[in-house]
Formats: sequence, C-alpha cells, structure tokens
Amino acid sequence: MTRPAAGPVRAPSSAAGPVRAPSARRATPTRGPGRDRRRAAGTLCAITLLVLVAMAARVLLGTPVVTAGQALAVLSGEQVPGISFIVMDSRLPAAVVAVLAGIAFGLSGTIFQTLLRNPLASPDVIGVTLGASAGTVVAMTVFGATGAALFWSALLGGLGTAVLILLVAGAGRAGAAGAVDNRFVLVGIGVGAALNSLISYLLTRISTRSAGDVMHWMIGSLSTSTWERARVLALALAVLVPVLMVLVTRLRILQLGDDMATGLGLSVPRTRIGLILVGVTLSALTVAVTGPLSFVAFLAGPLARMLLGRPSFPLAAAMGAAIVLLADVVGQNAVPSTALPAGVITGALGAPFLLWMLTRTPGSRDER
Amino acid sequence: MRRTPLLAVTGGVLAVLAAAALSVLVGARSVDPSAAWQALTAFDPAVTDHVVVRARVDRTLAGIAVGASLAAAGAAMQGMTRNPLADPGILGLNAGAAAAVVVGIYALSISRVVEFMAFAFVGAAIGTALVYAVASLGRDGATPVKLALAGAALTAGLGSLVNALVLLDQESLDRLRFWQVGTLGARGLGDIATVGVFMALGVVIVLLATGTLNALALGDDAAVGLGVHVARSRVVLGAAIVLLCGAAVALAGPVGFLGLVVPHAARLVVGGDYRRIMPVALLMGPVLILVADVVGRVIAPPAEVQVGVMTALIGVPVFIALIRTRRQVGL
Repeated sequence: MTRPAAGPVRAPSSAAGPVRAPSARRATPTRGPGRDRRRAAGTLCAITLLVLVAMAARVLLGTPVVTAGQALAVLSGEQVPGISFIVMDSRLPAAVVAVLAGIAFGLSGTIFQTLLRNPLASPDVIGVTLGASAGTVVAMTVFGATGAALFWSALLGGLGTAVLILLVAGAGRAGAAGAVDNRFVLVGIGVGAALNSLISYLLTRISTRSAGDVMHWMIGSLSTSTWERARVLALALAVLVPVLMVLVTRLRILQLGDDMATGLGLSVPRTRIGLILVGVTLSALTVAVTGPLSFVAFLAGPLARMLLGRPSFPLAAAMGAAIVLLADVVGQNAVPSTALPAGVITGALGAPFLLWMLTRTPGSRDER
Repeated sequence: MRRTPLLAVTGGVLAVLAAAALSVLVGARSVDPSAAWQALTAFDPAVTDHVVVRARVDRTLAGIAVGASLAAAGAAMQGMTRNPLADPGILGLNAGAAAAVVVGIYALSISRVVEFMAFAFVGAAIGTALVYAVASLGRDGATPVKLALAGAALTAGLGSLVNALVLLDQESLDRLRFWQVGTLGARGLGDIATVGVFMALGVVIVLLATGTLNALALGDDAAVGLGVHVARSRVVLGAAIVLLCGAAVALAGPVGFLGLVVPHAARLVVGGDYRRIMPVALLMGPVLILVADVVGRVIAPPAEVQVGVMTALIGVPVFIALIRTRRQVGL
C-alpha cells in the first residue's frame, strides 16, 4: 500500500492535510493505554456488580419474597421449609443459567459482529440462532426428541444454517469485503425467513398442546432452568472460552484486513472458520437450554462498545449476562400474578434498539 | 396497457386460466373436468365432487385476488423505494398486519374478515411507515440493506409481542398458528368479495401510477424534473400498497416472497418499464400462487403444505440469487 517515496517528498504537494493528520491522530490516545485499561477494568467491575445485584434480585424477589437472611441460611446449607426449594431448585438455577446464557450469547454476538465488521450482523439477526431453533423444533415435533438430543439438533441446525449462509453468500472470497459482509446479512435474513416459515408449518402439524409448548420454548425462558442445564452451559463455556481467547488475538490481526493478516503469517480462512465454529456453538447450545432469547446476542456487543468506545469481549459477556438477568427479573416481577418469559422482554427492548441503531449507522458501506 | 406486448398479456391470461383449472381439478381428491363443469352449471350438494369443486373455486378466486394484490404491491414497492429486494414480507408489512390482527384476535376476539382487514390495514400502515422512516433516517438514506434489516427487526420484535399474547390465551394460539402460515382455503366467497373491493381500488391506483413509478425509478431529482410531486406520489403509492397488502393478509394470512419474485419475473419478460411490468405482474402473481398452492396440496399427501410455505420455498432462492448477482444490492 505505502509507496516507497511517501515520507519526505509528500510535504510540499499537500502541506495541510497529511502533516496535520498524524498530530491529530496522536492527540486522541494521549490518555494512554494504561488509562484505557483502567477504564475497561472499571466498567467491567461495574457491570459485574450489576450482574450480582440482579442475581440477588432474581433470587429474593417474587412470590414469596425471600429475605436476604433466609437466602444466606439456605446457601449455607440450612433447610428452611418452603424457602429452600424455591431458592435452590427454582430461582438460583434460573439466575445461574441466565448469567451463563447471557455470557454465551454476548460472546457469540460479538464474534459475529467483529468478524463481519457490522454491528447488525449478530447471529440472531442473520438467522444462525433461528437455525438452531428450527433444528430443535424439528427434533421436538418430527422426532419427538427430548433431553440431550435437543442439544445436538440445535447445534446441527445452527451449524448447518451458518455453513449454508457462508457458502451462499460466498464470504471469504477475496475482494470487496464490505460487499461480502452485507451479502452475508441479507442472505441471513432470507434464510431466516425460510426457517420461520418452516417453523410455522411444523406448528400446524402438531396438537394444540405441543404447539403451545413449542411456541413457549420459541420465546426463550429461564423458568425451566435446572442445575443440570446450568452444568451443560458451564461445561460448554469452560471449553469454548479458552479457545476463543486464543482466537481473539488472531481476530485483532484479522481486523487489519485480510491482506495484512496473510502478510503477518495468519491463516485467514482457518481463523475465520474457527471463530464461526465457536460463535455458532455458543449460541446454538444456549438456544437448546433457554430457547432463542431474541436480541441478547445483538445487544451485548454494541452496548459494551458504547460504554467503552471500543469492542471488548469480556465486557460484552458481562453485558449479555446483565441483559438476560435483568430481563428475567423484570419479566418475573413486572406483571403481578403472571410471569413473562425473559425472551418477551429482550425482544420488546431489542427491536427498538436495533431500529435506533439503524438510524445511526452511516450505512455499512464505509466499514472499509 | 397499450404499450404492453399483446403476446405477454394473452399468454398471461391463458396461464391464469390454466392455473385456475389446475387449482379446481387437482388435489388430494382429483376431480375430472366433466364433473367440475357439472358442479359449476348444475350444482348438487349431495355429490361429493361438486362440494369439493365449489370449495376449490372459492380457494382459486382467493388465490387470484391475493396473488394479484401481492404482485402489484411488490412491484410498486420495488419501484417506489428503488429497491430490488422490496417485498411485503421482507420489509415488515406482513408482520405489522399480522401483529395487529393477532392483537385484534386476542383483545377483541375478532373473526370476521372485515375486522381482520381493518386491523391489518392499520398494522400494515404503521409497519410501512416505521420501516421506511427508520431506514431513511441514516446518512445515506433507505438502502436495501437497511430496509431489509429494519423489516427483519420489526418482524422479530413484533414476533415476540405476538408470542407473549398467545401465551396468555390457548384459543387464540390455535387460531393463530393456522393463520400465520399463509393459507388460501380459509375464506368463503362473500369474504373474498368484500376484500376484493379494496384490492381492486389498490390495483387501480397502482396501474394509474405506473408512469410515476417509472419517473421515481430514475431518482427523486429526475422525478421532480419530470414534473412528479415526489412526496405526494409516495403517500398515494404507500396507501395503495397498504390497501393491497392489508387486504391480502386479511384474506390469506402473511404470504411472503410473492411480491418479491413476481415483479422480477415480469421484468425478465417485458423489461424495466413499469407500464409493462405492472399488468404482467398482475397476471403472473395469480399464476404463481395458484401453482404453488396446487403443488402444496399434492406434495405431501394426505396433509397439505400451506401456500405461504411454498412461496417461501420458491422465493428464498430467488432472493438469494438477486443478492448474489445484483451489484447495487451489495451497497
């Protein structure tokens, strides 16, 4: 890119522009990396604190209200009649699953958003989450599957959809990356529409009762959380987060552009595929546990970015956890006598946020 | 009409008639043509074939009305927004109309087609206005990607609203799940006539506005130069689109992708002039929806695949092909 004779000869031809530009650029990061790191750590702490407060709220609030003393007693192993069961078998697993699901969705969304260089390209907008849902619904309705089979079908559906979208959109082809990324989004929307109509069709082929169950699941809810499901999610995160940490350093190089990354000795296709695999697996497994909590994967990354001024995986994970937990706390307690599933809240808040983001993004064309 | 090649229109009319005949005769129970003719001329309620034919005639008429409306609406949307991906499903009109109808089913337990239509009109109008406004607000205006994303966001957001309502009420769930797929067989002749009045009004407006669509397709500045009042034409065309889509949703539920596919097919046949595209699309829409419906009836016997699923099966590959081949889509 840089011409050999760039430096000293350039000055007379355009004195104002190129000379002032570097100094202006130098002016912005005067805070220095240390200050940025402190700010990132501070924000992360604040969101983590929010998550802890929300967890406490999720465990204590509701009918009946549990006092902090009772909760601590139960946690320390005491049997409190009536309270122990509610805390240990209903509310605490829900809170833990909410945190884990939020982390997984937040990471998965940020992977896709960063990889495709488009804040709108999260797995729930481009149809990957819907693929996992469709896989699960097919397994539930056509094969009557339950339990572990649902995980595999969600994974299969999510991966299949991602591969289909990737192949069809021709991502990874050399050349105009911006155009390819937009194509990915559009193809994803088209595939999502097809999957939606598949799900609608399947819903007409089953009994009212099971249709109700499927539709309930399709919203995304934490009310069916158990310790076993929490364990599955925790296991998945324990395996995938270290892999992601390795890949993220490569992602930073990838963001310099494909040519530069190849020049630096990075295998671009392999890194891409690895990241997509991790991203799809994270969201698909979470879909199998909680159902598709719409817009969590989409919201977490951009919100973290707004707070910090730059994308950040840890903050996006914490943000995802905070969103799911708060949505569940609101859903459980907003309407007396009815518990709304968390997915209703995230959907109702996420859609306006996405619309608002659309009015702000100056077209995805200038991403490159 | 004058400028439309005679061949295309004659061929189109013949194709509609052929598809209609197919739609009356073919299905889980096949009827031979002579029995069908008897059913139409000397109807006998005791003969099963006659009853089947009568039901299929209603269904065929509904298909013609819905197909023509969605095709005309799609063509008008594509011209007005200069967006080759415009479709009532993609841009969230269907979702708006469907959500309004579901709110109606839940809150007021509506079931008559007129009530469905009133709610669908309001929902489609709000959906259109919202998607278009949101997509236009950014720096570079309503690009295809932004319109599609705004439509997808609206569809997903309204979807969770609908799901929340349905959770509270098993009965509306049951009505909803059969309605939201998009199906032609659910309404009788009287309903079709009621809705048809509004559809006809929309079709007339769109046919009169083909010259304006041509001008708008050149860009707003060029359209102003040609003497078109851009804002006013957008409002009039938008109203016609809402009439067409709202009526179609009220009659058949949300049927996606027909409005996307048909105008492109018409463009392949007669070129880029909306004075030719519109009449041809009005004929191709019914053909496509009727054929899709017939195939859906026989593809998985004894069950029936609803027409909305079939149009999605046809439409999604077309949508993807458009994205891959058209340069301006990848803006």
